[in-house]
Amino acid sequence: MINKESVIHTRNLSRSFGEILAVDRLSLAISRGEVFGLLGPNGAGKTTTVRLLAALLQPSSGEASIAGYQVGIDDQEIRRKIGLLPEAPGLYDGLTAEQNLAFYGAMYGVEEISQQIKRYLELLGLWNRRHEPVGTFSKGMRQKLAIARALLHEPEVLFLDEPTSSLDPQAARLVREFISDLKGKGRTIILCTHNLEEADRLCDRVAVLNGHLLALDSPIELRRRIFGRKVVFHLSATKTEFEPILLEFDFVNHVEQIENKIVVAVDDPDTHNPVLIRALVEAGAEIRFVGELRRRLEDVYLELMQASEGIINGTN
Amino acid sequence: MERIKAIIIKEWREVFKNRFVFFTVSFLPLMITALPLVILFFTGRSEDFAGVTTADLPPQFSSLCSGLDGAECMLYFIVTQFILLFMMVPVIIPMTIASYSIVGEKTTRTLEPLLATPVSTLEILVGKGLAGVIPAVVATWVGYLLYAAGAHIIVSNPHVVNKLFDPLWMTAIFVVGPLLSLMGVSIAVMISSRVNDPRVAEQISGIFVLPVVGIFLGQTTGLILVNQEFILWMAGVLVVLDSILFYFAVQIFQRETILSRWK
Repeated sequence: MINKESVIHTRNLSRSFGEILAVDRLSLAISRGEVFGLLGPNGAGKTTTVRLLAALLQPSSGEASIAGYQVGIDDQEIRRKIGLLPEAPGLYDGLTAEQNLAFYGAMYGVEEISQQIKRYLELLGLWNRRHEPVGTFSKGMRQKLAIARALLHEPEVLFLDEPTSSLDPQAARLVREFISDLKGKGRTIILCTHNLEEADRLCDRVAVLNGHLLALDSPIELRRRIFGRKVVFHLSATKTEFEPILLEFDFVNHVEQIENKIVVAVDDPDTHNPVLIRALVEAGAEIRFVGELRRRLEDVYLELMQASEGIINGTN
Repeated sequence: MERIKAIIIKEWREVFKNRFVFFTVSFLPLMITALPLVILFFTGRSEDFAGVTTADLPPQFSSLCSGLDGAECMLYFIVTQFILLFMMVPVIIPMTIASYSIVGEKTTRTLEPLLATPVSTLEILVGKGLAGVIPAVVATWVGYLLYAAGAHIIVSNPHVVNKLFDPLWMTAIFVVGPLLSLMGVSIAVMISSRVNDPRVAEQISGIFVLPVVGIFLGQTTGLILVNQEFILWMAGVLVVLDSILFYFAVQIFQRETILSRWK
């Protein structure tokens, strides 16, 4: 459940590196307890946005605040409030898992560090390997340890930059399940990912970036906004053309019949489906089942990217 | 303070696993201690200088050899020739450790999560600096004590060996040594903040050992007289230099630049 109190605010946040504008006038408000996805191609400004919000980089212009602390002014306070899992886990290979966490516990000034280490190593299934050098760990284990490191000081906001990239499907699934568990515990999570299925599954809202903000909403709303809502009626074998019948309704935006499957674009299926079902049955259709045509977030993303590139190339 | 302590322990655990660093830190003091003792063994016997009087020695020696006769003064000259070599240990060791610890964090990409913690730049640099300075200073002191013990056995002249513990050389080893270490670490931090290869950082830092080598050669050839005044001047200059260098090291260690520029 999302608490509507905003924990992250940005207003016209921009950052350039020389001539390159990495983040362009980004304005966001992210609620406490929300899982927020940052999507975009390589070089879209996702990592720069995370680094700006983690007070690792200073904005070129605009402003950002985390838990009421201003980036560029209260950086030390912000660093206490956040946990960061960077793109590369960045663990000390020569140190054991326990030593890595103990070191970061000291950096964050964590009290009762031994208990916290035990808690997260057990939670992530690494407790039995705590005395082994991290250099001997698999990628999945390293990633889990880096997540434990990011959580050790119980941060309010957690930044996860590509948490499952380069992991095998089993390890990726474990990490995803762990993030999903965290989601229910009121912690705000910012998730940068190329994995759109992952974003779809985990995120309450997503921002699609390509230097600037292309779209911002929940995955469901983005699908509706880009593709509208479409209902699919699966019929028993029929030779009847039902398109003219359905197009008589004002609320039907588009109808397409392919053999015994009819796809109808409507704004509000909850209200309109019973009317359409009744009309089809009266016209002699035998409806086997009805479902909503579900577009993937990937389709939305590609559509947005195509539109964005069209604008950049002047073809739109 | 807890953060600095944690950084020092972490650095030692990490850096000493690097064979090159371990070799430099352990071999250099051993070599600098053993080599002069070997030379002393072949050249520093009292009987070799029997009959030498103070009149046979350069006039500036008389100020250093108070209470010693000519033969003892000659021995003292030979024994102390090598002490300046010990000044190279506190410069080279911290440079090696600091070069690997900072550039190493860049290459293994451990710097980003570290910089995302509330640790301050000063705490990082003091921690990393002390991680280099402490072993260097300890190695210098231990090496010097071993040298003094070895010299005592070889020279077997308590008047000469006692001179190794007079204020001149105590100041050199116990004050100038640590100050040189701080200089080495500040230089290494500044260079490491700008380069991406520890070997490059170490090679560039290595240039700054040359002044110490210059003083050693100056003393050996008689161009420089290393006396109390010289050592005190050296200490004074190093205090000023260290303050300036450390200030610039902190200024140059820009968290943002280091993060956004390294590849």
